[in-house]
Amino acid sequence: MLEIKNLHVKLEEEEKQILKGVNLTVEPGKVHAIMGPNGSGKSTTSYVLSGRDGYEVTEGSATLNGEDLFDMEPEERAAAGLFLAFQYPVEIPGVGNMTFLRTAVNSQRKLRGEDELTAGEFLKIIREKAKALKIDAEMLKRPVNVGFSGGEKKRNEILQMAMLEPKVCILDETDSGLDVDAMKLVAEGVNALRDGTRSFVVITHYQRLLDHIKPDYVHIMSNGRIIKSGGPELALEVENNGYADLLAEQENS
Amino acid sequence: MTRAQMKQRKCDDTAARLDGLAVPSGAAWATELRQHSLTRLLEMGLPTKRDEYWRWTDPATLTSAAPTSAEVFDAAEVPIFDAIERLKIVFVDGVFDAAASDDLTGEGVEVSLLNDALSADIHWAKDSYGVLEQAGQTPVERPIAAMNTAFATDGVVIRVTGKVAQPISIIYKHTDETSDAILHNLVKLEEGAELTLLENGPAAARYNTVLEVEVADGASFHHVRAQGRDHERRAATHIFGRIGANALFKSFTMTANGILTRNEVVLELLGDDSQAHVGGVCMGDGTFLHDDTVFITHDAERCESRQVFKKVLRNGATGVFQGKILVKDGAQKTDGYQISQSLLLDDDSQFLAKPELEIYADDVVCSHGSTTGAIDEEALFYLKSRGVGTQEATDLLTLAFLAEAIDEIAREDIAANVLERLEAWLARRKG
Repeated sequence: MLEIKNLHVKLEEEEKQILKGVNLTVEPGKVHAIMGPNGSGKSTTSYVLSGRDGYEVTEGSATLNGEDLFDMEPEERAAAGLFLAFQYPVEIPGVGNMTFLRTAVNSQRKLRGEDELTAGEFLKIIREKAKALKIDAEMLKRPVNVGFSGGEKKRNEILQMAMLEPKVCILDETDSGLDVDAMKLVAEGVNALRDGTRSFVVITHYQRLLDHIKPDYVHIMSNGRIIKSGGPELALEVENNGYADLLAEQENS
Repeated sequence: MTRAQMKQRKCDDTAARLDGLAVPSGAAWATELRQHSLTRLLEMGLPTKRDEYWRWTDPATLTSAAPTSAEVFDAAEVPIFDAIERLKIVFVDGVFDAAASDDLTGEGVEVSLLNDALSADIHWAKDSYGVLEQAGQTPVERPIAAMNTAFATDGVVIRVTGKVAQPISIIYKHTDETSDAILHNLVKLEEGAELTLLENGPAAARYNTVLEVEVADGASFHHVRAQGRDHERRAATHIFGRIGANALFKSFTMTANGILTRNEVVLELLGDDSQAHVGGVCMGDGTFLHDDTVFITHDAERCESRQVFKKVLRNGATGVFQGKILVKDGAQKTDGYQISQSLLLDDDSQFLAKPELEIYADDVVCSHGSTTGAIDEEALFYLKSRGVGTQEATDLLTLAFLAEAIDEIAREDIAANVLERLEAWLARRKG
């Protein structure tokens, strides 16, 4: 279970407060969607949780199954079961996708004190999972994300998620830059990973993705806080009316 | 002091430094060639830090009368290329070791020692020894190479007439803390011939090597060199190549450690539709200076040249790259590429680069790039967010950085062997 309490975050380099008291509890097996206007702190939340440099937590906490996330290095958070699907997956020239995935899988296993997968075992698993995401052998051989289309990059993120089998997956605008077919494929990949215990935090601007990945809860974020939470109907409301009404409501309250 | 006075002083110093030194004995024609090289050297003078191409690399310890002593390093590991089937020729502190070497015979190839060739009254080397070295003295003087031609005591002379499957491997061993070796290798590939030449090891506490390679029409030359791990050794090396039509020249050098290394490569593409590729990786740690100085001349049409040099530096190591592409008038459809990059693993290390292009033809593609940077933070975070620890992620990114240069090695088993050594270097660093 992921539990974020009263999280306050500022940029390390400047006195700019980005998160101003975020509270969120993600129970096993649930899908939470976070929506909100640009600059509301959605991506910052995902970066801070995964341990990216450049942010300073000034108040509050975040725990994954009771363990303090902010006490861990990014790789330890990953091994503990946290996964961030990047909005802009990073290109790594010179590192083969397959090498990257095997290094990641085995590093996590090592950190958890498990046996590493042999080349044969790994190959068998990845072939199966790649096939479901329509990722061909060629894409596995190429350097990580180099020359991948927008859709290929996002599918590659989902493949990593499938291989690493995390407990909590944060999807940061996974739908951005995708056409309808690519989005469906990605959503299918995500849905295939829903097993009743794995939970998801889906950050998105559009309700469209939520047609394919059905959320249990929808949260609206604005100015560094979650200002409203509700069921899937909240996403429809935003789609129809925009954020203006919700923001006005917040200011008046 | 005027320029003329400075030059005079340099020549006087060189004359004093070489006073009383006789060129090695040999056949009359060889003595004449060596004497002629000595005369050329005395006219040029040995380089000093004031020279344009030595501004970043102080040649003092490369040209001094006696070498600085260098501790012999026992790596206690299987030497590189050991698993590759090859014809071995071994030199210990610059002296041929017959017992450790294979029988110098092979199909489609004639191999002899330079000392024997230069002692024979009749030998094909007469028309080749020092020829490319001398041609490579303009427009930039390379006095240390002229000194080599004058004073080289031995080396390997190879004439290739066919496609030689088995690589010829020259192994240099350093066992004496004050050894000073001058070796000169000569390779002549006849039309359509093919050869892979391997070189590995530090030749001495200080060594000066020249490799002259003539690649005739349709011939292919592959060269892979590993310069050994002795920390204190000093090296000045030159490769001179002349490439005919439809021919291929490929040379790759790996340097890990060594306190001072100056590797010069001077190539001339003289026939149409040929390729010349030179690449190198160096891994430097601490008091370490590595200098790649490359000059490639395009004097024919539709030729391709590539210079790919990558350096990983840490703990105050210094990397130097001076690379030039000269495209002569009429060398149309030239495709020239040059990249020199360094990865600085800390703030104490530095990389100095001077890429040069000089183009006189109007229908050419030439590109060059030179970068200095640290490990890409974005990529590092991406790897860490997937569970890869900082050290392992850094190693992975370091090898990825070097990959483009290693790709220049054609034979996969040799490339894999080089990669293993680089991985070992990274692994040692952790200890």
